[in-house]
Amino acid sequence: MDLSYSPEYEAFRAEVRAFTKKYGDQAPRGAALGSGDMRSWQKLLIEHGYAARTIPKEYGGFGAEPDVLKSRIIAEEFLAAGLPMGMSGQGISMLVPTLLEVGSEEQKKKYIAPTLRGEIIWCQGYSEPGSGSDLASLTTRATEDGDDFIINGQKIWTSTAAQADMIFCLVRTEPDKPKHEGISYILFSMKTPGIEVRPLVTMTGRAEFNEVFFTDVRVPKSGVVAGRGLGWMVANATLKHERGMLGDPNQAGTRLKAIIELMKEETVDGGRLMDNPALRDRLLKLQARTIAMEYHGLRLLTAGIKGEDAGVARLIVKLMGCELNHQLAAFAIDALGELGMLYNGSPHLRNMGNWQSSYMFDLGLIIGGGTAQIQKNIISERGLGMPREPKPAKV
Amino acid sequence: MEFGLTDDQKMMQDSVNRTLERVSALERVRKAAEAGGHAADVLKAVAELGVTGILIPEEYGGLGLKLLDAALAAEALGRHVAPVPFVASSVMAPLAILHAGSEAQKRKWLPALASGELIAGVAVSERAGGARDKAGITAKGGKLSGKALFVLDFDGAGIYVVADARGSLHVVDAGAKGLEKTTLNTIDQTRAIGELNFHDVEAEALAHEAPAALERMIDAGRVMLAADVLGAGGRMIEKAVDYAKERKQFGRVIGSYQAVKHMCAEMIAELEPCRSLIWYAAYAFDAFPAEARRMAAHAKAHTTEVGTFVARTATEAHGGMGFTDLLGLHYWFKRIGFDRQALGGPEKVRHDAAVAQGWVGN
Repeated sequence: MDLSYSPEYEAFRAEVRAFTKKYGDQAPRGAALGSGDMRSWQKLLIEHGYAARTIPKEYGGFGAEPDVLKSRIIAEEFLAAGLPMGMSGQGISMLVPTLLEVGSEEQKKKYIAPTLRGEIIWCQGYSEPGSGSDLASLTTRATEDGDDFIINGQKIWTSTAAQADMIFCLVRTEPDKPKHEGISYILFSMKTPGIEVRPLVTMTGRAEFNEVFFTDVRVPKSGVVAGRGLGWMVANATLKHERGMLGDPNQAGTRLKAIIELMKEETVDGGRLMDNPALRDRLLKLQARTIAMEYHGLRLLTAGIKGEDAGVARLIVKLMGCELNHQLAAFAIDALGELGMLYNGSPHLRNMGNWQSSYMFDLGLIIGGGTAQIQKNIISERGLGMPREPKPAKV
Repeated sequence: MEFGLTDDQKMMQDSVNRTLERVSALERVRKAAEAGGHAADVLKAVAELGVTGILIPEEYGGLGLKLLDAALAAEALGRHVAPVPFVASSVMAPLAILHAGSEAQKRKWLPALASGELIAGVAVSERAGGARDKAGITAKGGKLSGKALFVLDFDGAGIYVVADARGSLHVVDAGAKGLEKTTLNTIDQTRAIGELNFHDVEAEALAHEAPAALERMIDAGRVMLAADVLGAGGRMIEKAVDYAKERKQFGRVIGSYQAVKHMCAEMIAELEPCRSLIWYAAYAFDAFPAEARRMAAHAKAHTTEVGTFVARTATEAHGGMGFTDLLGLHYWFKRIGFDRQALGGPEKVRHDAAVAQGWVGN
């Protein structure tokens, strides 16, 4: 146990801090994914090794050796300076690591660099109306026709589909094989004729997701990654990256800080919220949880560096991280009381209504990326070695 | 930067666990609980491993380790519901004597505490959990008067470390004239606590007026209680999982039902982050003293809240059997119940965390 950083890392931190001071005013504020401002910021970050850090140079990355401590220092310094990190769409965080792991040389050359630069925006075509937790039951069909597949079916929960240039999509190519073996992972253009994107408005009142309909969409077979029928294996490689992304403890820390400020500044009947013992006690409970998850993250980080298997400690992160974020938003709303129910640009609105929208959107995150109940199955089966639910006999 | 245990720490914890598996099996715990008081043979076995002197510097016969090491030992003791003194005698009292004692006082008590020959009780409840039933100690001209409740590691103690109402610390000989001792019965028969009534009792003040010494010993004690819950709770989860893998109903092991699996998943998901929090609180106690009070409070309050949830849920996973004396699961349940209230219940301890970060006055 030693929480100090060696001189090498302290020097690295100084270097990152100098960068944030020098270039901070060039950072885009609230810019859209793939916008010009965002792209120039991304370019600057890649040049300095603060984005796409470990992606090989030949594919447009910075080409550094993986070093989670340096990645953490970058994240900490950017957070402290209030600067946005590099671009983080599904293409960068999910497709790029997948291609690096299982893509062909041609696919890597063609897609990784422009994706990192923000020139290709991707969306993910996994879930279907009839295939949520049981993703492998998906029915979007890809029928062979010469060098092409003809795709028919529907995807749902597709974020950024409207802006996307390309999609990485799971389709059923071998309908006669068992469900896990009949799926292929395929890349194709969202501009292909026959694709219709419909915004999916959620309880927040915004369309954070879309539905995507495919009607006789003709796409080249060369878009298949890793090989026909291997899509389930490829998708699992991707989901691994997604589950690491959700439940980020830094987010809880940032929220907690904002709530502490709120408790010190907001008043009711002329007294600070912080002076209300019931509210303070709830805040303290959440503070303990937030600190616990923060050091839990450090523990997993250390285990990763040492190549140790953290076992069940790692499997709980999505469940507990998403739940904590949700509880923090719920508490902020309660602390605000009647002010907490205001929304949608109302007079007296606090924090632009973000506590309510977070509270609602977080519920989506608890459900998405493997529901809380699926997480508990994974924890009990893989973490505690409990038996799977027996499958009903085939009829 | 490394947030984890060293190989030495893992080995030390393993050896305490292996020894306790041998000497503190359920039948032994049951016998000790029925007899009341500490189990001398179990104490001797852990003393031979150095656990009683874990924090005492080598020059006084101890191992000279840090609070994180003590937390690992505490976890093992909780795991085996070991009926031995530890929190007061091996952690709080030695720290008090180290911080506030003179050289002569250290030489007088620390070697005997390190070897396990001497047990030290600690009477600080009024300054940690708050004064109940008009308890409180006043010191005047080297003599103590008043009442101290919930004295930890009470049974067989040769000395007591006592905090007076001003927070100064005194050491009282268990045989001192005018000292009246009463055992208190708690749900947890693996721990021994009591009440001390002082009628002008001769006491030896710890030489240095160190106002921080009392807070430090309470913080350390809170981290130990949290670690005890971590061990006891972890063992309860293992027992629940093992039981669910064996017990059959409706033709299936109950561990294949999601309702049961999810109970187990929730328990481990709540308990594992407590381990990270306790490691940090214990490490901060030595490395970042400015953080120590708040972190110890959070570790204690949060882990005991989680512990209570684990204790009831693991009991439920055992069905009716969990509720019986026969299975003995209740020793762990009660151990956690004790840890939750000792040195302050969750609300009181969280209040201390609020004060420590200036959110509210004392």
